[in-house]
Amino acid sequence: MSTERNEILARVRAALAPLPRRAPLPEWDHELIQLRAAQPPGDTWAQFFQRFAAVNGTPLKSGAELVALLEQGGWRRGYCDPALWPALEGFFPAAFQVETTFDRARVDDYDFGITAAVGAVAETGTLILSDRGTSSRLAALAPWVHVAVVRPDQIHSDLSAALAALPDDPNIVWVTGPSKTADVEGILIEGVHGPGVQAALLLG
Amino acid sequence: MATQLIDRFAADLPPDKRASVYQSTKATHEKRTKLLFDHFADPNHLRATAGEIKQHVIENLDTYLPIVEAKLAANGAKVHWAATAESACATVLGIMKARGATKMVKAKTMVSEEIGLAEYLGKHGIEALETDLGEFIVQIDHDHPSHIVRPIIHKNRREIARSFEREGLGDYNDDPGTITRRARKFLRHKYLAADVGLTGANFVSVESGRIVLVTNEGNSRFSLAAPKVHIALVGIEKLVPRDRDLGVLLNLLARSATAQQLTVYTEFISGPRAAGQPDGPEEMHVVFVDNGRTEVLASECREILRCIRCGACLNVCPIYRQASGHAYRSVYPGPVGAVLSPLLAGKQFPELADLPKASSLCGACQEVCPVNIPIPDLLLRLRARGKAEGAPRAAVASPPMGAWALLASQPAAWKAALLGGRLLNVLPTKFIPVPALRAWEEKRTLPAWQGGRFRQWMRERRKS
Ligand code: SF4
Repeated sequence: MSTERNEILARVRAALAPLPRRAPLPEWDHELIQLRAAQPPGDTWAQFFQRFAAVNGTPLKSGAELVALLEQGGWRRGYCDPALWPALEGFFPAAFQVETTFDRARVDDYDFGITAAVGAVAETGTLILSDRGTSSRLAALAPWVHVAVVRPDQIHSDLSAALAALPDDPNIVWVTGPSKTADVEGILIEGVHGPGVQAALLLG
Repeated sequence: MATQLIDRFAADLPPDKRASVYQSTKATHEKRTKLLFDHFADPNHLRATAGEIKQHVIENLDTYLPIVEAKLAANGAKVHWAATAESACATVLGIMKARGATKMVKAKTMVSEEIGLAEYLGKHGIEALETDLGEFIVQIDHDHPSHIVRPIIHKNRREIARSFEREGLGDYNDDPGTITRRARKFLRHKYLAADVGLTGANFVSVESGRIVLVTNEGNSRFSLAAPKVHIALVGIEKLVPRDRDLGVLLNLLARSATAQQLTVYTEFISGPRAAGQPDGPEEMHVVFVDNGRTEVLASECREILRCIRCGACLNVCPIYRQASGHAYRSVYPGPVGAVLSPLLAGKQFPELADLPKASSLCGACQEVCPVNIPIPDLLLRLRARGKAEGAPRAAVASPPMGAWALLASQPAAWKAALLGGRLLNVLPTKFIPVPALRAWEEKRTLPAWQGGRFRQWMRERRKS
């Protein structure tokens, strides 16, 4: 144990010793952070896609829609998680170049990255990525287009539910829309360091 | 009368800058308020609860710090402690040297600014590059951030375009989209070449040892995807008891800071990458930084340690809107800075002793603060401290109260003054003997003087 550690902790104890009592942890229940317009339980995926579109996400319902999006943008070179590729390969015409390993030395060569999400949050339109669930952190981040593939059973109704179910994983990322900034004169620009197009593909 | 330093900064601020600071702070403030009240049944109760959670944390740091330390270690992070800025810098340097590391990318860390890390590492031949677009621009300009959340609120696109041209990042182009694209292209190769990704922490859950980071740009994600080592610089006050409590704080932070329901990226980091994963750090270090915080904890102003750095108090502050961030001469500007900066300054307190006076005490800062910090009260406590310590800057531009005290404690003088007040009603402005009062009267009409009848009224009342 370092001396600095003990020094800091001793100072903390000394600072707090004169307090006659310590502030208790407040009790609060879920209603406190419940949104007013909370949807009645029902089609949480419909709610997710509505919220996801509201934060400029691109909802996709099928492999065919995914390929149409990529063709429209002229995004033909990309990465796909090897575990997802067998299910998607059939949708991709021969003109596409899709790799199943991400070579960081050629980071600028990838127009899109397709990786698995481990969940979604309906209330906020959020996708949940994780370290173990994502085949390559860089492939989910560096290309202009990121496609997160979600399964129907992975939805949480709201933030509280998602927090209660945080997986045991060293790096969980909640993604709510494309990367963005308003640093220059408050003008919104998408695609700063991360994807300029954030898509979610629901695969049943 | 001598002017306060902050007034001089305000006077020197070019009108176009003042206008843009005013416009954008006002717009964010209004959106924030609308969002909170549209979304929640009782946002003020929410703020109060968040404040209680954080107050509980800071009053129980003696219990929580050892628990979170053990949790972080169990998750596979190495924990370090730094009592001072110098020691925090040296700890980071030590970690880098042990690995022969020479390049660092930084994301989302105000503590690194507070301790002067980039400069320190630079002297030791290590490049520490800012990756947030605004912070990056500040760095290439050798400037300072002027807002907690919007570091270049004081710069316009033409200045930025000139800086990019000067730095060889393309020909002059002041389109914000082009500027952003150029930074994207330049910085991604910096991430990939870096040995170390340095971040701060918005919150650390004691329960799980998860470090929570929020960004809109994704720079902290990149800093934790490309480099092999992750170092997190964490102020000791950043703890939150349980993962569940993050629900309260995350909901408030995004809405208060940028009027978003949720920031684009919310990361929960609890250790190095899992075995077999291709990207992400192999090592994680957490440096708990004191640097004056325990002194704040011991002071009468410990509530300021609740702060979650959302910037809402800056956006609403009439003084900040006039003076902008550099006027506060420290890493933390605005109302939060007027309290925190003098406190963290330690022995240099007298140099910043004027900041607690840079407030009209209107109370707007507390009203918007997501953790309900009683900033006006804290400012008053610090004014008292400045006066008690005899800090010269604490007295600048304070009207001398001695004459007033004399007047108010001598009945004869008091009566004479009241008579003088009545004279003001009939005296033409140009005959008023006090120049300051004359100037004031020329622009305004005083209400008719009504004082001086109380004693008479009392006498008559007693008689009857
Ligand atoms: S003092 Fe309150 S309003 Fe100001 S930055 Fe901190 S948390 Fe936000």
